[in-house]
Amino acid sequence: MKKSRVIQLLGLILIGVLVGLGYSQRATTDASESITAVGSTALQPLVEAAGEQYSSEHTGVFINVQGGGSGTGLSQIQTGAVAIGNSDIFAEEQAGIKASKLKDHRVAVVGIAPIINKKTGVTNLTSQELTAIFTGKIKNWQAVGGKNLPIVLINRAQGSGTRKTFESYALNGRKSADSQEQDSSGLARSIVASTPGAISYVAFSYLDTSVTALQVNGVKPTEANVKNNHWHIWSYEHLYTGLQPNQLTKKFINYILSAAVQKKLVKQLGYISVHDMQVQRSATGKITTVK
Amino acid sequence: MDKIRASLLKKSIASKIERRGKIISLTCLALIILVVFLIFYFVASRGLATFFQNHINFWQFLSGTQWNPGTTGTNGQPAVGALPMIVGSFLITILSAIVATPFAIGTAVFMTEISPRRGAQILRPVTELLVGIPSVVYGFIGLQVVVPFVRNTFGGSGYGILSGTFVLFVMILPTVTSMSADALNAVPRYYREASLALGATRWQTIYKVVLRAAIPGMLTAIVFGMARAFGEALAVQMVIGNATLLPQNLVSPASTLTSILTMGIGNTVMGSLQNNALWSLAMILLLMSLVFNMVIRYIGRKGKLNNER
Repeated sequence: MKKSRVIQLLGLILIGVLVGLGYSQRATTDASESITAVGSTALQPLVEAAGEQYSSEHTGVFINVQGGGSGTGLSQIQTGAVAIGNSDIFAEEQAGIKASKLKDHRVAVVGIAPIINKKTGVTNLTSQELTAIFTGKIKNWQAVGGKNLPIVLINRAQGSGTRKTFESYALNGRKSADSQEQDSSGLARSIVASTPGAISYVAFSYLDTSVTALQVNGVKPTEANVKNNHWHIWSYEHLYTGLQPNQLTKKFINYILSAAVQKKLVKQLGYISVHDMQVQRSATGKITTVK
Repeated sequence: MDKIRASLLKKSIASKIERRGKIISLTCLALIILVVFLIFYFVASRGLATFFQNHINFWQFLSGTQWNPGTTGTNGQPAVGALPMIVGSFLITILSAIVATPFAIGTAVFMTEISPRRGAQILRPVTELLVGIPSVVYGFIGLQVVVPFVRNTFGGSGYGILSGTFVLFVMILPTVTSMSADALNAVPRYYREASLALGATRWQTIYKVVLRAAIPGMLTAIVFGMARAFGEALAVQMVIGNATLLPQNLVSPASTLTSILTMGIGNTVMGSLQNNALWSLAMILLLMSLVFNMVIRYIGRKGKLNNER
């Protein structure tokens, strides 16, 4: 009996000490700063890498980065639960988001290319052909000069930023036909690589030799073609904040936009720097030249 | 005298400890019940919002075949028809149970009746090992092995109900097997002895006596396996193709409630129709697991009555 009393007492003391420790820790973490960024998985690697670099340069500052998807990022920043919402799409394009309550920071550009299985025998499509394929009008590769193979459409999940961009700028706003859907770019690529006749679309950073990246209207999917808008299928990567972001959030976004990050990290991770773009695109798709 | 009186009237230490234990276990129980109720409340409040806030017709939701919340379908209503997913989920569950049951019962009979020693030493650990494999591994094997196999043997793109059935078959096999084995073990020894004493062969005993007596237990095992198959998300999602189309045949891409849920939830905004529609799918899943649970209890109760008679 006595022994168990002692153990109980020890347990209580331990809990007390832990609570006290936690309380004092809380005070110090508040003194040093931290912000949380949530959202798009396509942008996550960049924000994560930049956040790590930023923390190593500024001691006591922590940038927490989480995935969850563009929709999550936008809804979390709208409710004010996080400091930064990462998104592949304009807030205006997402249902249920009041874009006027948010501030848009474009930090990078991502090009998206249609990819097909290597044995299809096609390397170039016109945009009409591409639209016809994705809306289900053309069902065999023979119709566009390929082998006699049925076309297997592989879409990204409904609401995915990549899919929205592809439908807006490759299919001219048409909705893709109902088809298979995958929820990650990596899986979409590996399925295209292994399924005869498959077609899908991924960001440039996912292009590799296991699949064929299609030319559209004879234009190659390269960074140079994105920068001068000869290649239309690209999107901004956005960091959304509230209208009055706090000091650390402002500093961090400026850091991502600084030459140090844009020239090195952005390129290393397969994005295109916003500073290199020769054109600008608004949420409604209007193109203006950057002087 | 007074001391004895006092010690008799005071609560003893043992009863105090007992009371403390009772309070602790009751609090745990209450907490779990509270969590279950909160989950039900949350899923229902979100799931029902589709019908009460967004004014989607419930029957249209169950019978519609177009799924693209946020856009309007051909009938001018928002395209939230969940029939393709519901059909996909049920087809894949029932098919995998049908495929898995004979294998599971065969293995269970071997483990308990024919070679109990080898069963206990080798087969049981092996089947239990199958339970421990994470579902993403099953999904990956399905993607790399089963899908090409189905494509080359049965045609189509390889993604579809059939591939999902094969993957789920392996996943629910251990559950059904070990529970069937338990059911067979629970058959009283004197049933077998009586049967053998009457001159029945081993096969006759197994077929006519042991299996019959274990039917309720084995049904429970099958329903348990079906519940697992119904709720499995990741492995199925990787091989079924996730197309919100009514399955035309077993090799055409299809989808299940869980696969659409996991794919969509990160891309929608809390409170929007897209999000609410997904919660409605979650509500159907929750209700179905409730039904599975009730079926299991019903079978269990009936089985008991039969044995007592």
